Amino acid sequence: MASIRMEGITKRFKNTEAIKNLYLEINDGEFFCVLGPPGAGKTTLLRLIVGLETPDKGGIFIDDEPVGGIHPSKRDISMIFQNLALYPDKSVFDNIAFPLRQQKIEENIIGERVTKVAKDLHIDWLLEKIPSQLSGGERQRVAIGRAIVRQPKAYLMDEPLSNLDALLRLEMRVSLKELQTDLKETFVYVTHDQVEALSMGDRIAVLNQGELQQVGDPETIYQEPSNMFVATILGSPPMNFLKCAVSKKEGAVSIKHGPISFEARGRDCIEAMKKIGGGESVILGLRPEDVSIHEAGGGVPAEIYVIEPLGNETIVDVTLGENVIKVIAEPDFEGSSGQKITLDIDCAKLHFFDPETHRCAHHASEKDDIRVIG
Amino acid sequence: MAHIVLDSLVKRFGKQTAVDKLSLEIKDREFIALLGPSGCGKTTTMNMISGLLKPDEGDIYFDGQSVIGTPPGKRGVGFMFQNYAVFTFLNVYDNIGFGLKIRKLEEDEIRRRVNEVARLLQIRHLLSMSASALSINDMQRVALARSMITEPKIFLLDEPLSNLDAALRATMRAELKKIQQEAGQTAVYVTHDQVEAMSLADRIAVMNFAVLQQYDTPYNVYNRPTNLFVANFIGSPTINFFEGVYKKGAFAVSDFKDGAIPVSRKFHKDVEESLTQERVVVGVRPEHLKVRGDKKGSSLNLKAKIVSYEPLGSKTVVYMHPDGNPDVIVKSVMGSGYKPKLGEINFIDFEEKNVYLFDKQTEDLALRFS
Repeated sequence: MASIRMEGITKRFKNTEAIKNLYLEINDGEFFCVLGPPGAGKTTLLRLIVGLETPDKGGIFIDDEPVGGIHPSKRDISMIFQNLALYPDKSVFDNIAFPLRQQKIEENIIGERVTKVAKDLHIDWLLEKIPSQLSGGERQRVAIGRAIVRQPKAYLMDEPLSNLDALLRLEMRVSLKELQTDLKETFVYVTHDQVEALSMGDRIAVLNQGELQQVGDPETIYQEPSNMFVATILGSPPMNFLKCAVSKKEGAVSIKHGPISFEARGRDCIEAMKKIGGGESVILGLRPEDVSIHEAGGGVPAEIYVIEPLGNETIVDVTLGENVIKVIAEPDFEGSSGQKITLDIDCAKLHFFDPETHRCAHHASEKDDIRVIG
Repeated sequence: MAHIVLDSLVKRFGKQTAVDKLSLEIKDREFIALLGPSGCGKTTTMNMISGLLKPDEGDIYFDGQSVIGTPPGKRGVGFMFQNYAVFTFLNVYDNIGFGLKIRKLEEDEIRRRVNEVARLLQIRHLLSMSASALSINDMQRVALARSMITEPKIFLLDEPLSNLDAALRATMRAELKKIQQEAGQTAVYVTHDQVEAMSLADRIAVMNFAVLQQYDTPYNVYNRPTNLFVANFIGSPTINFFEGVYKKGAFAVSDFKDGAIPVSRKFHKDVEESLTQERVVVGVRPEHLKVRGDKKGSSLNLKAKIVSYEPLGSKTVVYMHPDGNPDVIVKSVMGSGYKPKLGEINFIDFEEKNVYLFDKQTEDLALRFS
């Protein structure tokens, strides 16, 4: 068990800053996910924690002890790589036993620990086999077993499931989560897959181009993204964005995009709109599941652009003003391109972003009393 | 535009049969998807349609004419690849006009057609820009324009969106569908991603191990899959399968301690007639399988332990082990904000009308209860 803290970490490779002034705290016993696109700095972050890279600035603390200068082998952290790196000529037993033999632990203790770990991972019946005789999922478990048997302070995982097919990935996700719950150890899990992060993390850190965007539990980052990057990376289909013009009215603020106009009366909302875009513009964020489609009648007029029937739900792409936004509809939705429809928007679920900085200025709520007018 | 017929196509590589007696008809202006896991034969099929590979048996007809002897360059096929292959050393106008310039068309004619296609794809404003400076979105349109301008009879797209990040992929999918609808080109889209196939295609050809499994609309492939493979491959999260036997008007499913799933009397005869023997696989899609604290109003007594859940924002996916088999994972889709207690045992419930009944021996869909 260990807490991990990074303070003011900067890491450069040649002329690029792979990690920029990062402050991060991972709690003891937490399943902590680091989510970001390729090149965000996620792997570099793991390598800094384990000690394969040295920061150019800042300090890393494991259980409040600084680890700068401590060799990776002495930091007591296990890392599982994407390519597993199993010893091809050794049996499963010997692969898992390897780190213990390195520590010169007694053979009978090794036997006990390896067998127990193998049983927990449902691979005890494979102990005599070599990696080439195993399936992808079984090899994955051997790599995990080898990491666990050392009983390290923390486990770092670098996209360990990305080479597995969809079905196996799902099974392994459930297994890993169950394992972490049983072991109660600190897991730091890096991924570019937002579903993985949302489903496994107690908390998620979103990283982009070496900079931390937001840290929080899955529900909070989904409901209250701090900027447009975070809002886009979580959720499928991703959040829709509409560039709007803002104008003041008596006791309210008017937000307009093409034919659609919102009016907000809540004070928090009005104050927030004053502070961004020179008080004249805002980017409105709207999730596909917060809009619904109606045949006709009261509501925002729009036109169907294209329909994507996915089986369990239908995504309807809808033209609204200059933009095409995505709306989630029932699986049996029927319609055709060009058909005029009306939209019902849940105004209590809107998000307002600064058009210049892309930071979120305000998350709407019932109190804001936002309505669609005309 | 073209009406394409594939007639009993066979392609072998040494001892391996990559495509096994594939017959398929693609209507004029239709957008079809070749969908399946890697190695299923979809890319080989596409390569035979384009002419890059010669079939060992069977025939291919474009508008009634066999094209087997026709070289790829003369079949009227347009391509769109994963990496777009846009010429970065040329500007957009020259990229799009490239194919026509090669064919030595008049400058005036080239200009007319480039403008026409650029207007259709809304990239007129980019014509003088260097292709190296394009965003991915624009690069995709330029690649499309370059293919479309030669007015191919058929468009072949090989996973063109797989290099894009998730958000862009979602946007470009809708764009691609819209463009195909407007341009009206017959298109064949190769992919392993069932979401893409479902969202884009008029009909989906699902392939596995060189054999066509089903060729039907997204709706049918989802709601009436011909067999276990198709039912499992389409839909996310994947369908739940419970194995058991049919006896005395009920399914006895072994993964649960009390795994009796009664069948309404009105269906008894249908079930008996549709099965070749008593072993069955009962399929229920996660969105139809609900987690409940009690079994009020349900005729089922199926219990499962919650092991994990995914709060995906718009919905929550719950993972459970059935009480009779801890090696099986049961999935349920519940609403957003649903927070189950890990380790807790709950009841699972579903309606008969949502059950997919498969014959375990033949693996075919035996019955839908509606």
